[in-house]
Amino acid sequence: MPTVPIEMLAGQRAESSGPVVVFENVVLAFEDKPVLDGVSFSVSHGETKALFGIAGSGKSSILKLALGLIRPDAGRIQVLGHDITEMSEDELLALRDRIGMIFQESALFDSLTVRDNVAFRLMEEGKLSEEEIERRVREALSFVELEHTIDRRPAELSGGMRRRVAIARAIITQPELLLYDSPTGGLDPVTSTTIVELIVKQRDVYKTSALLVSHRLQDAFTMATHYFDRQTNKMSSLPAGSKRELPVTFLVIRDGKVIFDGDAQQLASSKDDYIREYIS
Amino acid sequence: MAAGDFLSNVELISPSEFAKGKILAVQNYVLLCGQAMANLFRRPLYGADIIQQADFIGWGSISIIVLAGFFTGAVLAQNSASTLERFGSVSLIGQLVSVGMVRQLGPVITGLMVAGRNASGIASELGSMKVTEQIDAMRALGTDPTKKLVTPRVVATVIMLFFLTIIADLFGIVGGSMVAILMLGLDSHQYWTSSWQVLQNADVITGLIQPVFYGFVISTIGCYYGMTAKGGTQGVGRGTTQAVVVSSVLIVVIDFFLTRVLSIVLVYR
Repeated sequence: MPTVPIEMLAGQRAESSGPVVVFENVVLAFEDKPVLDGVSFSVSHGETKALFGIAGSGKSSILKLALGLIRPDAGRIQVLGHDITEMSEDELLALRDRIGMIFQESALFDSLTVRDNVAFRLMEEGKLSEEEIERRVREALSFVELEHTIDRRPAELSGGMRRRVAIARAIITQPELLLYDSPTGGLDPVTSTTIVELIVKQRDVYKTSALLVSHRLQDAFTMATHYFDRQTNKMSSLPAGSKRELPVTFLVIRDGKVIFDGDAQQLASSKDDYIREYIS
Repeated sequence: MAAGDFLSNVELISPSEFAKGKILAVQNYVLLCGQAMANLFRRPLYGADIIQQADFIGWGSISIIVLAGFFTGAVLAQNSASTLERFGSVSLIGQLVSVGMVRQLGPVITGLMVAGRNASGIASELGSMKVTEQIDAMRALGTDPTKKLVTPRVVATVIMLFFLTIIADLFGIVGGSMVAILMLGLDSHQYWTSSWQVLQNADVITGLIQPVFYGFVISTIGCYYGMTAKGGTQGVGRGTTQAVVVSSVLIVVIDFFLTRVLSIVLVYR
């Protein structure tokens, strides 16, 4: 079977248009406790939307809804052009091949090595040769700079390394949409910056759309003000006075409703007391 | 803690809510069983996972099955001896042990042993995966967890329990022979001949149909409590305990009804 380089996979979808994710009046409750109450927003192609809100405000539930892991009580959700609210689990499993998710605590399979974790999706598909899978695994691990951990088990890795392996596992097939659930939660500032850099790299190199849940506003502001420089292979801040706009937007949820949906400048200039308190 | 504090922390559930919860649990269990069975006809079949589980469940349980079978047969012979002596029928002890082990005790003891070892193992393993979001991660990676995790465990448990029961039966009769020959002074040839000759096809069929049901119950109950675990490590522990208790009780209940049905269908003795 001919092999397709990862960058070419990313390039093939660069031409697709229209929103990647659309939530329309989504309602969700757990055991009669309302979590989301008429949430509507959309994520366009190549955009990274950062979700904010206090703990328990339903941010992680939005990611699980977008992946079809849970179903809304009302409303409509479109992902990659498909209305997933009415899709069967088998149809969703096929659609999830085009989506990558990084879970809050990494959710690596602790009985498997890093190699098998990262290769999991490719091995399940069974379409590629072992040599090609090995090459892809090493490529994904080198993206997160963890090639040397390939034979280790998740228990032998630090929290930050586990997050990076989770990113490698999610991007190995170069999905069109990435869902990050608190990727920097509980990490030290240096490791957090490494993770943010990887997210920016994925956004700028592969133009992947993303929904990102975070508790750290500074991470999202970093993403909104930094780009990945392919020449230096590092994240750099936009020069002062630059008119280049980075595709990062913010969504703030309060009491199950969206109270803000806009870019960094709009967020910084918001007059809403709650938002001002949140960003201060 | 004062009694008042304790009572104020107790959450009272209305009988209708309690009943609804139980019915929902049964419904979800039946759905899981249906999915596990339906997966047998859908690809991929995960042969390597089935073999891995069979090794863990089968080979890993052999030592406890050999010991449990051997001593069950020995105790059966020892306890029956005093009763049979009263009627001067100690020579029938081989028949009694053989029929008792093959028709009832072998399958039930094996089922209970494997339930204790593997229903708990399955529930705790899957429960840990559930509470650490590994099951969700599997779904997110496009793999059906019931196909990858549940069906291989069900197939492996059913197949291995069948063979473990045969081993338990054999070692039960060996255990009975040790008591009969060494303690009661019976002739070895007589014991083994009577043990063999008394067995009818119906006894063997009854004894070998049961482990298929027990294996299914042990694995599906273990998987159900694992896949529905919630509430962190405490929830996993609770689910593990429930898996052992429920599967053990179900084995005894199914034993009663299945034996009744099979005795009617096979019309023996």
